[in-house]
Amino acid sequence: MSASDLLVVRGLVAGYGAAPVLRAIDLTVPAGTIAAVVGANGAGKTTLLRALSGMIRPAAGQVLLAGEDLRGTPVEQLVRRGMAHVPEGRGVISELTVDENLRLGGLWRRDRADAGRALDEVYQLFEPLARRRRHLGHQLSGGERQMLALGRALVGRPRLLLLDEPSLGLAPRVVARTMALLRQLRDRTGLTVLLVEQNVRSALAVADQGVVMSLGRVVIAAPAVQLRDDVDLRHAYLGF
Amino acid sequence: MDRFVFLTVDGLSRGAVYSAFALALVLIWRAARVVNFAQGAMAVAAAYVAYTVSAATGSYWLGFVVAIVAGLLLGALVDRVVMRHVDHASPLNPVIVALGLVLLIQAVLGMVYGSEFRPAEAPFSRSALTVGGLAVLSPYDLFVFATIGVVVSGLAWMFARTPVGLRMRAAAFAPEVSRLLGVNVGGMLTLGWALASGVGALAAMLVLPTELGLHPHAMDLVFVSAFTAAVVGGLDSPPGAVVGGLVVGLVLSYVSGYAGSDLTPLAVLVLLLAVLLVRPGGLFAPVTARRV
Repeated sequence: MSASDLLVVRGLVAGYGAAPVLRAIDLTVPAGTIAAVVGANGAGKTTLLRALSGMIRPAAGQVLLAGEDLRGTPVEQLVRRGMAHVPEGRGVISELTVDENLRLGGLWRRDRADAGRALDEVYQLFEPLARRRRHLGHQLSGGERQMLALGRALVGRPRLLLLDEPSLGLAPRVVARTMALLRQLRDRTGLTVLLVEQNVRSALAVADQGVVMSLGRVVIAAPAVQLRDDVDLRHAYLGF
Repeated sequence: MDRFVFLTVDGLSRGAVYSAFALALVLIWRAARVVNFAQGAMAVAAAYVAYTVSAATGSYWLGFVVAIVAGLLLGALVDRVVMRHVDHASPLNPVIVALGLVLLIQAVLGMVYGSEFRPAEAPFSRSALTVGGLAVLSPYDLFVFATIGVVVSGLAWMFARTPVGLRMRAAAFAPEVSRLLGVNVGGMLTLGWALASGVGALAAMLVLPTELGLHPHAMDLVFVSAFTAAVVGGLDSPPGAVVGGLVVGLVLSYVSGYAGSDLTPLAVLVLLLAVLLVRPGGLFAPVTARRV
């Protein structure tokens, strides 16, 4: 582990009920990089994110965020440690307005002035949201919900962003825009991203590191370029 | 005509109390998906505390404030000690536990205070003022309207405009996502129970002087009317609860005035049944289905 590693996972075991879904996961994400976790359905990708953010309690193993052990930290405290999790299905609260959803992302912050600045920045970043401040979550298109979910996470100025299937249900054009935005955030603000994807091509195109999961284990963790170019590997694990 | 005006005013005055009590039911339903059948008994318990304080100090207003504080605390206690530990997998579980709480609270009140009626004092005159030969509102009616108006608009403002209100709504709609955004969902739930129980206690303090007085079962009928009001308005809708309360108050007042007061308990149930048959979501059921 080097000082620049923001997220370090060691021997993480977690699941629902008796049978573990994750069997001893090891993973390192350096600060200011994008890691893409790919793998077949049921490989445990979503479970990995849920275990990282404490939504399910790991049975064993360690999760270190900037060297700090997160074990036993309640879910609602993780955002205060700098971890933002955009869950499966994006978690836009349909009954609240765009503005309320976004403000919710910064309510925990003590620095009210900076929370206000972060909110303004998100509105600048996502123009369509600024035009729909008073609309309810359920009135938005898929692309707008995506922006809202991402924007709401960014209002909290996270160090580590966990994204569960950001491309799900979106048009290729919107997916490309989202991936470009992640790269832009990494370069400009040093944001670290761990994203889980079914859409292997676009995930590996944006990522620095590719992590292949299979049946609850990490089978390969390598530079994304290498995964993209290694035909045998793609055939064996990624099916394209 | 005089009689109609009198019955209307009287109906609205009682209806305002039903509104507040129905609002308390809606608050808990929205936060916890539980119909709090123990709310009447909890409110009576708070009113007994107020009675004790008023009797000891001679101050109605001190008792009034103490009732609300006792209501808030009792609500938080019921959530933390009882409801938090009930398995909500079947919606029947919390209902049965709530009914158990009713028996427990009423039995304890009976043991401590006995089960005879005790007079509930009104802070203002209950005799109606006459305007142009027509007997209209009493000073006490005005007090009831004003108090409930302040409470209802205060709650509406809190939910719509304050950070804590936003947290409470978010926690109710999407608990898991809210936790990811740093909201203390358990705390919001307790706060919801406390607020609802506080409003319930207030409603009991307002309605008891117009009833026979203080008794462990004093809120039983009020509860049935308020429950009907909440269903009329749609259990999910706070404005619905307020309008539903006024509607039920008016209906009961007309039935009791024109058809006889023996019929009012029956009228409540007929109204409840009619709403459940015709529009089970309530008159104010939200038009948007939840999409995930």
